[in-house]
Amino acid sequence: MKKVLMGNHAASWAVQLSRVKMISAYPITPQTHIVEELSEMCGDGSLDAKFLKVESEHSAMASVVAAQAAGVRSFTASSANGLALMHEMLHWAAGARLPIVMVNVNRALAPGWNIWADQGDSLAQRDTGWIQMYVEDNQEVLDSVIQAYMIAEQVRLPVMICYDAFFLSHTYEPVDIPSQDAVDDFLPPYTPEVFLDPESPRSFYPLVMPDNYMEIRYHLDQAHTRALDVIEETGRHFGEAFGRPYGLVEAVNCDDADMIMVTSSTITSPARLVMDELRENGHRVGLLKMRTFRPFPVKAVQDALGGCSKVMVIDRNCSWGKGGIFADELKSALVNLPDSPKVFSYIAGLGGRSVTPDHIMDMARQTLDTEMPSDGSVWKGMKQ
Amino acid sequence: MIEIRLHGRGGQGSVIASKILAVAAFEEGNWVQSFPKFGVERRGAPVEAFLRISRGKILIRSEVTEPDFVVVLDPSLVEVIDFTAGLKKNGAILINTPLTPDELQLPDTFNVTCVDASRIAAEHGLGSPTSPIVNTAICGAFAKSSGLVGIDAVCRAIRDEVPIKPEKNSAAAEAAYASTIFN
Repeated sequence: MKKVLMGNHAASWAVQLSRVKMISAYPITPQTHIVEELSEMCGDGSLDAKFLKVESEHSAMASVVAAQAAGVRSFTASSANGLALMHEMLHWAAGARLPIVMVNVNRALAPGWNIWADQGDSLAQRDTGWIQMYVEDNQEVLDSVIQAYMIAEQVRLPVMICYDAFFLSHTYEPVDIPSQDAVDDFLPPYTPEVFLDPESPRSFYPLVMPDNYMEIRYHLDQAHTRALDVIEETGRHFGEAFGRPYGLVEAVNCDDADMIMVTSSTITSPARLVMDELRENGHRVGLLKMRTFRPFPVKAVQDALGGCSKVMVIDRNCSWGKGGIFADELKSALVNLPDSPKVFSYIAGLGGRSVTPDHIMDMARQTLDTEMPSDGSVWKGMKQ
Repeated sequence: MIEIRLHGRGGQGSVIASKILAVAAFEEGNWVQSFPKFGVERRGAPVEAFLRISRGKILIRSEVTEPDFVVVLDPSLVEVIDFTAGLKKNGAILINTPLTPDELQLPDTFNVTCVDASRIAAEHGLGSPTSPIVNTAICGAFAKSSGLVGIDAVCRAIRDEVPIKPEKNSAAAEAAYASTIFN
C-alpha cells in the first residue's frame, strides 16, 4: 500500500509493523509526531503496546531500558536537547546489551534555540555504544526502523535511526507500506534467552570489578564488529523480501571515479543530481552515502574510496575545534591505504540551512580545481 | 517538475491544502513532495507551504524559491508580503479574493486566477463567517486554475485527509472549482 506520509509517521508505521510492545517518550519538536501517532495507535487498538508517558527523556530511556530488560520489544524517539538528557541512559542501554530501537530526528542543540536539521545531537552520542544509521528519505525511514529491530536483536545492541529535522520529519512524500504479514515473515518475535523474570530470579548489572570489566567491554566492541555483517545481511534480506535492498553504505559510480562525494542523510539526494550533472560534463564523479556511522564501516569505505584521488565530504555537523565529523572518521579509515585519497572537508547546512544542488556543485568545483585540501573544514553557504 | 508555493496565515490550513493537493497528484500517478516552511507557526502570522509535483522521484529538498505557481489563501496578505518573489516569468498566481484578476492589477507577465474562497467556505459552514477555513475551497480552485490535478482526485483526497466535515469541504472545493475566474 502506497501512502503520502511525513517522515515521522513513516517511523510510527514501522514501529507498528514491528509489533513493538512498549513505547515511552517525552515530546520534543521535531520528533513529537512520531509518538503522537503511536499514542493514537495504542489508543485505537491498532497497536497492542503499552504507551508510557514520562516526565523527561532521561526517564523515557530508563523505562525502555527496563522494558527491554524484561524481555519486551520497545521504542522511543527524541531530538537534540532531549537526546542529550538521555545521555547517561544511552550508555546503560548499550552496556546492558539491550536491543532497543530509537529514532533521533536530527536537530541542532541550543543555544541559540534552533529546531532545525543538524547532526550534532546524535554524533555527540557516538561513544555510547549504540549503532547509528542515517537515512535519506521517508521510505528509508520506514524500512530502516524495521531492519533496526532485526539488527539490534541479532547482535544485542541498541540502534538509533537518525534523520533530518523537517527535510524528512515534516515532509510528505510517497511511502510504500509493507503488509503486516510480510513484516512478520521478515522480523520474528522478540524472544530473548535471558530477561528479568520473577519466576526465574537472577542478578542483573552488578558491580563489575577490574578483573571482569574489560572483557565485558571487549564483547561490546566485538558486537559492533559483528554488526557490520549483520547490517549488510539484513539489508540484503530486506531487499529480497521487499524489493528495496540496503547496505552499510551506498556506493554509486565509485568504480571509475576520480572524485567521490561523501554524504549522509538528506544531503545525499541533491548530491545525486550534482553527480549526474558532472558526469554529463565529462567528470568522473561518484557518490558514497554513509548509511552506517557506528559501527564505522571501514572496509566498505576503503573499498569504495580506495581507487580515487579525491574525496569530498559534506558534514551537517561540526566537532568544534576539529571540523566535520564524517570527514574526520573517513580520514582515519583511509590513512593506512597505500595511495590514500586526499580528503576535502566541507561544513554546510548547520541549524537547518538549506543545502541546494548549487551549493554542492560549488563544493564539487572547488574540490576538482584544488590540488591539496586545507587542514580544517571549509564552511560553505555562509552569509557574506 | 512543477514547484508551487502556498501563502496563508497560521490556522487557515495552508499546510493541509498542500498535503491534499499532494495526495491528489500522487493518486493521479505523480511523485509528490509537500512540506511547510520550516518555522515556528503562530496563529494569524503569515505562513508558507511548498509542493512539488513530478513524473519522477524528487531529489531536491530545499524550500521552493523560484515557483511556477503561487497560491495566496488570505486576501490580506496581498498588501503584506511579496508573494510574487522568485515567481517564474509567465508563472501563475491563484488568489483568494472577491476581486477579479483585472481589478487586482498585477503585472500582466503572470497568469492570474481569482476565487472568492472566503465566501465559498463561509457558505459551506467551514470555520466562522469572520475567519473561514478556506484551504479546501482553494484546493478546488487550484485544480481548475492549474490543470495539474483533477477535481475528482482533489475531492477524494479531501474526504480521505480532512477529518471534520469531509462532505462540506469536498462540496466547497467543487463550488470553488466552478467559480474560479481567469484573466
